[in-house]
Amino acid sequence: MASSNSPTDELSREPGLTGPAPPRTAARRATATLGAWRSEGAARWLFIWPAVLLILALSLFPLVASVALSVSKLVFNPGRVDLSFVGAANYQQLLFGLERSHFLGVLRTPTPLGWAILIGTVALTATAWIRVLRSGRVRPLGLVFRLVGGLLFIGLMGLLVQTLASDGGRPGSVVVTLIFVFGGIALQLFLGLGLAMLAVQQVPWRRFFRILFLVPLTITPVGVGYMFLMMTDTSKGPFEPVWVALGLRNFTWVTDPWLARGAVIIGDTWQWTPFVFIVLLAALESLDQEVREAALVDGASRWQSFRHITMPALLPVTTTIVLIRIIEGFKIIDMPNILLGGGPGTATQSMTLQAYIDWNTLNLGRSAAVAYLLLILVSVVATVYVSFVRRRVTELA
Amino acid sequence: MTNPFRRRSAADLRPPAKLGAFLLLLAWAFVVLFPIYWLFVTSFKTPYDVDKGPFYIPFVDFQPTLDAWKYILFDLGNDTLRPYVNTVIVGLTSSVIALVLGSLAAYALVRFTYRPRVGIVGLFIASVAFAFVATALGAPALIAFAAAIGAFVILAQTIGRRFVRALGNSDIAFWLISQRILPPIAVAVPLYVLFQQVHLLDNIAALIVTYVATNLPIVVWLMRDYFASLPRELEESAAVDGASIYRIVRSIVLPISVPGLVATFLIVLIFAWNEFLIALVLTSANAQTMPLQVAAQNATRGPQWWAMSVLILIMIAPVVAMAVALERFITRGILVGALKG
Repeated sequence: MASSNSPTDELSREPGLTGPAPPRTAARRATATLGAWRSEGAARWLFIWPAVLLILALSLFPLVASVALSVSKLVFNPGRVDLSFVGAANYQQLLFGLERSHFLGVLRTPTPLGWAILIGTVALTATAWIRVLRSGRVRPLGLVFRLVGGLLFIGLMGLLVQTLASDGGRPGSVVVTLIFVFGGIALQLFLGLGLAMLAVQQVPWRRFFRILFLVPLTITPVGVGYMFLMMTDTSKGPFEPVWVALGLRNFTWVTDPWLARGAVIIGDTWQWTPFVFIVLLAALESLDQEVREAALVDGASRWQSFRHITMPALLPVTTTIVLIRIIEGFKIIDMPNILLGGGPGTATQSMTLQAYIDWNTLNLGRSAAVAYLLLILVSVVATVYVSFVRRRVTELA
Repeated sequence: MTNPFRRRSAADLRPPAKLGAFLLLLAWAFVVLFPIYWLFVTSFKTPYDVDKGPFYIPFVDFQPTLDAWKYILFDLGNDTLRPYVNTVIVGLTSSVIALVLGSLAAYALVRFTYRPRVGIVGLFIASVAFAFVATALGAPALIAFAAAIGAFVILAQTIGRRFVRALGNSDIAFWLISQRILPPIAVAVPLYVLFQQVHLLDNIAALIVTYVATNLPIVVWLMRDYFASLPRELEESAAVDGASIYRIVRSIVLPISVPGLVATFLIVLIFAWNEFLIALVLTSANAQTMPLQVAAQNATRGPQWWAMSVLILIMIAPVVAMAVALERFITRGILVGALKG
């Protein structure tokens, strides 16, 4: 592509400081100070265009093709396979039709606790939106976006309450995926941060720990799935004596939905804690130790030095890891598939697993529809996360 | 492995706290090691021992055998070697390329301000949509896309200049990471069609290109935070001294970013090393990678635990070796030294 055609390059000709530049973030400050670099216009596009072009080249077609797939159906004719257009039928099936109980779950009237949670959510969302409206700082389009986001959030909470905090409700793959993602991330963040903080200390066997803790991440997810299948086997697995000692000889956790989901979360946490660990470790190691030492010598408590020195420095990268884990976590498939085949019933069937099962039975249209609904759900969650959590946290730091 | 000559620091823990930290680390080490130990002993078991199990210690409660190792390394021979070599080539090549391209993009997003105009982005989306619709209606793909690009250029140069509203760096970054949201299951079939058109099916080049593209957003996001946390005094003083930006990146930014680069490299290497579904769809024989071999051990006769264990162990060995070699770069002091020197 010729450089003069690209939108960014065209903009690079104008000074980089024309936009209203809120002075808060480090990046913007740096750009302001380093304004002299603007003359190096070539570097501006040389640095970013290869990455953008490569991603564009590989993402545009799949993005469009899977939309096309999601509104069609495979038709097997003698000697060839055709796609026939079926409109929104695949989506209709998932959201309102046959597959509704599978995808969204069985919805029932919430219990009193469920109602309380739901009303609380509505009240909180409404006050947040009204506060934004009153502040007058947000443009109409932003207000509409926030309204839609808020309604989707309330809808999602309603789904959670109606399937989990209700009599006779049963979660579908959407809610199961949310449980996996947020249960897993909470555990992984807690363990990863704790281990990283311990592993920067001058303890014996430091190097050994730091390398060993990475190992679970290096095993291919399919392999980890089979490994946990061995681990959780109550008759031939290594914990058989433990089960027997607890008087649970004939016990199988496979038949209880919540135990099965717990097993998936444990396996997922075993595998992904190292990811949080290594990124936070690198961040901790690059902190300037002398500031902390100076604070401690001057009489700051350890908690104070953590709260005011370490934490602000770790927050931006922590929010990044959480975002990456949210995005990756929604695609969870190997652990529930290998460990339980999505069972008991559909209790551990994540959205990607549902898409995979449809894919395997050559129902490519519905598989793509599930994937697209996943895309919408994750986009909403990620947008809300980035605009509320990450932006605020980065400003704090 | 404490260095006796290391300066004592106020930030060091007191002995009882240090013991506590050590014990906690030891506990997690056990959690990590036990399943891997189980893989290790399973790789020396006969099918009979696995089935009658659980047996824990070789020579004590079962007689170890090298059958599984012989089967994987000698009986299968080239059928193990070929995917192994593929995995090494694909993993290393794609992660090095992703690290280079991604770090540059991340640095650019931290130090430059980009303001892509909303209108031009909209024009681009519209012209691409036009090309796809035209192709779907039967126009030759090449002509449709050439026409769309031509129309986009003309419109961007004329109408495009009137648009004022612009996006910022954080929008570009968010667009990049959003490319990872669509699950591989949805991307696999379209990618198959795409690579079929350019005759790259069952070719490791297709895997390398795909993995670079899928790992780039991760590199950009991790390195962006890292670069933003670097003190910019160093770069400023170099700029004042007249160093070009390429020189600044090569001689200052990259050397002091080694801990972040190493951690990021290990992560994307591991992702590329272990990717399963896209490899499954894009390869058939020549370009197969190791994760497919592992999954293939769950054959018609049920999971072949012993063979699977061997495969997993030989798969993680090089990555662990690399982690051992690179771990010392994830260590403090580099930055502090640079600031003083």
